[in-house]
Amino acid sequence: MKPDVLDVKDLKVYYHTPRGAVKAVDGVSFQLFAEERLGLVGESGSGKTTSAMALLRMIKAPGKIEGGEIWLEGADQVLARHGGKNGNGQYAKGGKVNLQTLTDEQMVSLRLSAIALIAQGSMNSLNPVMRIRDQIADGYQDHGYKLTKQELKERTADLLNRVGLRPSVADMYPHELSGGMKLRVCIAIAISLSPKVILADEPTSALDVVVQRQVMETLRRVQEELGASVLLVGHDMGLMAQAVDRLGVMYAGKMAEVSPVHDIFTKPLHPYAQLLIASLPSLDVKGEFKGIPGLPPSLLEDIPGCPFAPRCPYKMERCEVEKPILKEVAPNRHVACFLVEGAK
Amino acid sequence: MTALLEARHVTKIFGGGFFTKSYTTALENFSMTIENDPPSVTAVVGESGSGKTTLARLLLGLVEPTRGQVLYKGEDLRKIGGRERRVFRRDVQVIFQDPFEVYNPFYKVDHVLTTPIEKFGLAKSRQERDSLVVQVLEAVGLRPEETLGRHPHQLSGGQRQRIMVARALLLRPRVILADEPVSMIDASLRATILGSLLKLNQEFGISILYITHDLTTAYQVSENIVVLYRGNVCETGDVELVVKKPLHPYTRLLVGSVPLPDVNRRWAAEAPASSIGQKADPNKGCRFANRCPNAMEKCIRETPPLYRVDEKRAASCYLYDDKPQLRSEDMMEVFIKGTPRLKTVVGVQ
Repeated sequence: MKPDVLDVKDLKVYYHTPRGAVKAVDGVSFQLFAEERLGLVGESGSGKTTSAMALLRMIKAPGKIEGGEIWLEGADQVLARHGGKNGNGQYAKGGKVNLQTLTDEQMVSLRLSAIALIAQGSMNSLNPVMRIRDQIADGYQDHGYKLTKQELKERTADLLNRVGLRPSVADMYPHELSGGMKLRVCIAIAISLSPKVILADEPTSALDVVVQRQVMETLRRVQEELGASVLLVGHDMGLMAQAVDRLGVMYAGKMAEVSPVHDIFTKPLHPYAQLLIASLPSLDVKGEFKGIPGLPPSLLEDIPGCPFAPRCPYKMERCEVEKPILKEVAPNRHVACFLVEGAK
Repeated sequence: MTALLEARHVTKIFGGGFFTKSYTTALENFSMTIENDPPSVTAVVGESGSGKTTLARLLLGLVEPTRGQVLYKGEDLRKIGGRERRVFRRDVQVIFQDPFEVYNPFYKVDHVLTTPIEKFGLAKSRQERDSLVVQVLEAVGLRPEETLGRHPHQLSGGQRQRIMVARALLLRPRVILADEPVSMIDASLRATILGSLLKLNQEFGISILYITHDLTTAYQVSENIVVLYRGNVCETGDVELVVKKPLHPYTRLLVGSVPLPDVNRRWAAEAPASSIGQKADPNKGCRFANRCPNAMEKCIRETPPLYRVDEKRAASCYLYDDKPQLRSEDMMEVFIKGTPRLKTVVGVQ
């Protein structure tokens, strides 16, 4: 197995509201291996986007990272290049750096260069009054690259070419581009400093399926060329089945199951994953999908047991009083459920 | 026989005013009838810009057609007023995409249910009104005691959308136009909402026009399907035929691009691009020609008519010009009619 480039341990992010702390992410752990695509799915409010944003330390008030560790491979080299505190052993754990221990300035230098984001609706985040060329150049300038005009031009053309756009796009403004093209520009910006980790948060949710497929194929290609890893956050199980190697299923701020995508679709182990997959409509047989009765719990309350217990068809007494812990129940399969744990 | 709701050669053009030359044909020469005897479920599928929402707005009388007519019981929607308009407003109900924006946050959710009862005089007394509300909430699988008396923000998106289904049911309409009713709902709740819509169709005899971009749910709920592309019908007819063996190049591309939640069926290899290149006039010829792998010279010059490629399906593509032509107003001839299907989908709580 490949080494991990990102190791998240017991991550906790709470939003502090007048009614109490909303535990949006409550003890999430996972690893992202080198050159793999890991998916993170969940319903709205399950904590998938909050988890991704926490990896960049981009949680805004009233949200706060309450605990946990985020170890990122390759971050020490970027920090050394920037002349700040380098990987002098203070942060190191086999070459990794715990992002939680860095200053805000150090974190700024890591974003885009070591860990890049393609945000939700990112194609609408392009500056409408700046040419694409200048928006790509922004990243280089911010990270202290001193490029000549000619170098910058070549790099821009190369980046656009890699995401399947003509070099002439560099001189265009965002409104001259279609949604799919704008997203390609965002991918070009995300890979401009060759990061080892790319976070993609629902990148294609605003696109039509035909364009979505083309863009996902582009993302896969540039990721493979770069040797980077992708964390794809989304709610579309169909897209996940087509696009990722491993899949993490989140529920109410906790990780229910992390398994290779083939295993989770053919034999899901966590009851939530099972019901979620059964609820998906297919194009083969009519009338095979059914909803999951009940609603997710309020994250304001302290749930003593498994958060899925009230909706779970296999609920046991133990599930209501004891929290199941994510454990490796079979090779490479991590599940937080007493049922599976007992079967082992 | 006059149809309940009919679009007759409807064209809707946006833009192209006095000062600007550019215009967009949102829907072109579209004809369709919606009956409720027998009640039907028809899906209209298309990507953004295909004209599907324009169609819904035209059928509701919210926008007027540039050419052609929208008829309710044989009368032009633009001409009916007063009493007849009230009947129309009752008969034809709509469920919009966004279950967050249709509520006034200051009122309790009861308000959206009691207002139509008052406006249409559906109940004589308070008790009657309350029992009506309870009845429709239960019909869509909501527990009234958990729903009534709450403000919209206290309910989930799925609950709010089901209240909209309940509101539509309250008026005992003959047709419900559902414009992307589940696209903002989580997967685990989607099936439940679609289940309650189908229940209205089967138990209350209401016809449903299900407008969506999602081919999989369209396939699940409908009998017939209309695939739109840039305001034109590409392929239409029996949903089993259109989805399982698509014939129009666009439908093929669409069906091949759906990300199936099945790890054993990967996306097919990418289709080769068109050899024709960019078209000169975006409002002329086959709209799909510039993306079509099978595009011919003819496709750029003239909009292809519908060809009846099967008994139960038509496609507007010159690849099938050896088949008999079908006039646009006869499109519904290929629809399968009123086979009542009792399905097992309904996962209502």
